[in-house]
Amino acid sequence: MTWLSITIAGILTYFTRMTMIALVRRDLLGEKIKAVLAYVPSAVFPAIIFPAIFINDYGAYIEMNDPKIFGALVAIIVGYFSKNVIATIFSGLLSYWIIIFVFLS
Amino acid sequence: MLSKKQLFSRGMLDIAPHMLSVIPFGIICGAIGVDLGFNPYLVYAMSIIIFGGASQIVFLQLLSGGASSLVAVTSVGVINSRHLLYGAVLSEYLEKLSLIKKLLISYVVVDQGFAESNKFFKKNKTEQYLHYHLLGTGITMWVCWQIATLAGIILGSFVPEELGLKFAIPLTFIAIVVQDLKKMDHVIVMLVCGISSLLFFEAPFKSYILISPVIALFVAALLLRLKK
Repeated sequence: MTWLSITIAGILTYFTRMTMIALVRRDLLGEKIKAVLAYVPSAVFPAIIFPAIFINDYGAYIEMNDPKIFGALVAIIVGYFSKNVIATIFSGLLSYWIIIFVFLS
Repeated sequence: MLSKKQLFSRGMLDIAPHMLSVIPFGIICGAIGVDLGFNPYLVYAMSIIIFGGASQIVFLQLLSGGASSLVAVTSVGVINSRHLLYGAVLSEYLEKLSLIKKLLISYVVVDQGFAESNKFFKKNKTEQYLHYHLLGTGITMWVCWQIATLAGIILGSFVPEELGLKFAIPLTFIAIVVQDLKKMDHVIVMLVCGISSLLFFEAPFKSYILISPVIALFVAALLLRLKK
């Protein structure tokens, strides 16, 4: 039963990946729609970022002094100026670790 | 004009930094599946059959929490529906490919790969073999994901939980969008999406991940109209 569910979930997922790539032709998308689609990264990724920062493992909102907020802010500043993915991720993790291991322990 | 090989390597290089968060996340995914009491083969098979990080964890958590298979499958479908948007964006660059190539390349479209390849495509529209960049990002992601989830399944969560490495996931995505903070319209769209995702977080089937981009794109369309 679980195997069947995984297979169906896999087929569904594959269809989400394939449908637009295989079926959409250039002339199907007008200039207006293409202009809106240019916002896709900005319109999708915050839906992954925000809950991962502001909502904890138990589905509750975190406190405003949570170390994750500080880590995210550091990552944004470092990322903005360095334009470097590794520096962004690492600075965020490092500042988060400093808070939880040095100040909160 | 870059060769296929150069484009492929460029794709690998562009996505490589994201492995800093993808690999620990994959290990955690594999370990959670086994911890929840699922057959290790089944947990691993998901990495091939579904190949979608967060949706794999959600699927197993729902089932182990007593949800029906229908709920679990629907949630995976809803979470992964964001790929429809990636596909719509990528279709412009992939339209010259044969149908069979389109069907094959679709399997490796993932968040970070889409983001990095899309950035590259925008700057290099005239390249002939652009899709090799997408193959480079996608295949790198696939290989690392397989190794990482397998490692988590076999070795358990050898990444200490206290490190909070799940936090690396939002950081990866911050790295992807951070340069767009220079543009006011993008900042507005991001805030609308982020705030909506918090407001609709409790919506059934994890549909906040679909609802918030739709609202944000609607706002983007309004902003475009205002700009004129």
